[in-house]
Amino acid sequence: MDLISSWLGNTPEFAVPFALAALGLIITEKSGVLALGAEGLMLVGAVCGIGAYLTFEQTAVALVMAMVAAGVVSLLFALMVLVMRINQVISGLVLVFFCQGLTTLTGTLMGWTNQPVPGLEAIALWPLSELPYVGRFFIQNVVVYLVPVIFLISVWALNRTTSGLRMRAVGENPQAADAAGIPVLGYRLAAIVIGSALIGLAGAFIAVLSTKLWISNMTAGRGWIAVALVIFARWSPWKALAGAILFGCIEALIPQLAASGIKLPQYFVFMAPYAITLGVMIWVAISKRDSSSQPGALGTPFIREERT
Amino acid sequence: MSKQNAIQLNGVSKTFDGFKALSDADFTARWGEVHALLGENGAGKSSLMNIVAGLYGPEGGSLFINDNPVKLKGPKEAAKLGIGMVHQHFKLVTPFTVAENILLNLGHIQSSGLYRERLRRVSEDIRAMAKRIGFEIDPDARIDQLSIAEQQRVEILKVLLAGARILILDEPTAVLTEEEAERLLTTVQGFAREGAAVILVTHKMNDVLRYADQVTIMRSGQTVKTVKPDSVSVDELVRLTVGESGTGTSDQPAERTPGEAYLQVKGLTSTGSHRALNGLDLTLNKGEIYGIAGVGGNGQSELANALMGIPEAVEGQMELIGEGDLSEFDAARRRSIGVAAIPADRYGAALAGPLSIADNFALGDIHSGRYGPFWYLKTRAIEADAAEAVKQFDVQGVRSLKQKAALLSGGNAQKLVISREFNHPPKLVLAHSPSRGLDVKATEAVRDRLRAARDDGAAVLLISEDLDEVMAMADRIGVMSAGRIVAEFSQPADRQAIGQAMVNHV
Repeated sequence: MDLISSWLGNTPEFAVPFALAALGLIITEKSGVLALGAEGLMLVGAVCGIGAYLTFEQTAVALVMAMVAAGVVSLLFALMVLVMRINQVISGLVLVFFCQGLTTLTGTLMGWTNQPVPGLEAIALWPLSELPYVGRFFIQNVVVYLVPVIFLISVWALNRTTSGLRMRAVGENPQAADAAGIPVLGYRLAAIVIGSALIGLAGAFIAVLSTKLWISNMTAGRGWIAVALVIFARWSPWKALAGAILFGCIEALIPQLAASGIKLPQYFVFMAPYAITLGVMIWVAISKRDSSSQPGALGTPFIREERT
Repeated sequence: MSKQNAIQLNGVSKTFDGFKALSDADFTARWGEVHALLGENGAGKSSLMNIVAGLYGPEGGSLFINDNPVKLKGPKEAAKLGIGMVHQHFKLVTPFTVAENILLNLGHIQSSGLYRERLRRVSEDIRAMAKRIGFEIDPDARIDQLSIAEQQRVEILKVLLAGARILILDEPTAVLTEEEAERLLTTVQGFAREGAAVILVTHKMNDVLRYADQVTIMRSGQTVKTVKPDSVSVDELVRLTVGESGTGTSDQPAERTPGEAYLQVKGLTSTGSHRALNGLDLTLNKGEIYGIAGVGGNGQSELANALMGIPEAVEGQMELIGEGDLSEFDAARRRSIGVAAIPADRYGAALAGPLSIADNFALGDIHSGRYGPFWYLKTRAIEADAAEAVKQFDVQGVRSLKQKAALLSGGNAQKLVISREFNHPPKLVLAHSPSRGLDVKATEAVRDRLRAARDDGAAVLLISEDLDEVMAMADRIGVMSAGRIVAEFSQPADRQAIGQAMVNHV
């Protein structure tokens, strides 16, 4: 019983980074830009969050600066894919490697590595927090409670505003959007920056609120899992949230099992999230679900044709 | 206002990559009339209308809207002047609903209110407009759930709700059934009666005869004549559309002894929902050129693909007499039999642009083992053969055999394709628009090769939308319409009769 209680209590801590990163990816990809750089942008968010906290000693400031930093770094990606029209897969990979190097270097130079930060206090949602078994699920820091709000706002913006409609049009059929007088590249730029800021927040959550320190390459592939999660969720934010919770449960279970004395080979444990990601991807491919939910112009650069 | 000119174009020209799509074209359409723009494929109809819609900038001449001179900078500006064009290929976001698509287009007009509220208002506007013009459209339906005809109605509603008073429809009936076309054209006739100007770009004689008040005929980038359709005979319209060169041509022997049948096509039918091929029968004899004429989009591409082995969903029989079913042969088998293919898309289907000229040439024989086993390539043999072929087939512009094939001009790229396909004397030649985009000299060279193959006893199938080419080349001519051969002619053939068969059966 104790096992289940603490397992559920730890789940949000693992689920939130997946959820935020997946949401950021969905926003970017809805505009037709294939974003593979999540892993790198999460690292940027993580190192900047820690750096900003160590400098200003304000968690809110740290989180905001992490978002700004990821947004700024994503401008480089935007330059590559929108202006220079470099292959979006290559650009995404380059961004990851660049960010891995950049964050390791920054962390070391500034002496931010292995400096603990206090994080945020957990707030109990009374009376939910008094429930048996699931009670601990409702004792979390404020950012966890904000996640559903961020999702609500994003879904509303995507589906219930003209700007959202235009952005989705840009991702589905940029030629039609262009003919309707919509600035295609402007909307794609906005989608990249906003999406990247959310991915940066996901990274900052891991470093500032979960692990509470910076170690080089600490995101350990979570950005890639988020990329897979988006495909698994067929670009639907709510499904992505559900998927994030599922992956969070799996990740949270591993330390619980170890603590409860069940012996598992260490490397098997480390491998589990990736093995499960792989399994999910294969399942998605085999189940041949409706592929039309993928943005129609995903990965295709926009060029206004002179002769159609 | 009915006396005023809605659109006037004077002396408009437009060149694409050195090809003159329009030269000195004039066009005038008045308010309150349905004005048809008639011509064959490539006559310049769409180019002319794209200039009116602000998509292309004209190179010369002037444009007047409502008798005022204008210079359009883009489609948005044209829309502000009340010009709306429904393109042949719709510009709709398919996973969105009708209302969302129209809202996208109106973004800058209706900018106040909450999203839901605006979507509701747009839906009301759609219903009101649809009711007024007799369309049935559910604003909440997704585009991908609509039929092609319904999607077209959405496009028309889109331009009307954006305030268009000059409505340009580019080949609107090409994708419609008989009844759908009738309904559409009756509706647009209604717009004209209410005072709008409607321009109907078409190659269908029936549309013109039944619905147009005026018709302007275009041929090779020029406007030939503007007439009232009921004031001239159908023969006269056909003559104006297809040109008036004589029957047959000088280098065409009137009679040839046909060889035995070699390719037998029976009941070739597309399996998709759109029956591009619809029970096509065809017999091709040895030692003849069989020309397939017809207005573009009547199944020619599908036929060419099916015969050349380019993936195409068809059923029916394609028998190569003495060899077996052509559709079951892979590329290597086709080559060993002696099937030469010259596809219309020479860079897409015939050549690998980034590979060198020599490599492109070698592709034809690589499978036969002539250039070595799989682990070794006899580059010297390739280069020697390629050098000889390049010389023999007069491929110009070759600085080096290692040069990329994509750098060749259209004509020389085509010669390279032919040099490969004709390297071993072919028994069956399949050529689709082999001289498209080529200059006179290159065209002649290509045609000479096809004639030489024919004289050597090969069966040659020439699919071309250019009637002049078919007339000049073919021993027998089949007219293709709606996915089948509707009429066959032997040389000397009557150009008028062919022209009529091309347009009347559509």
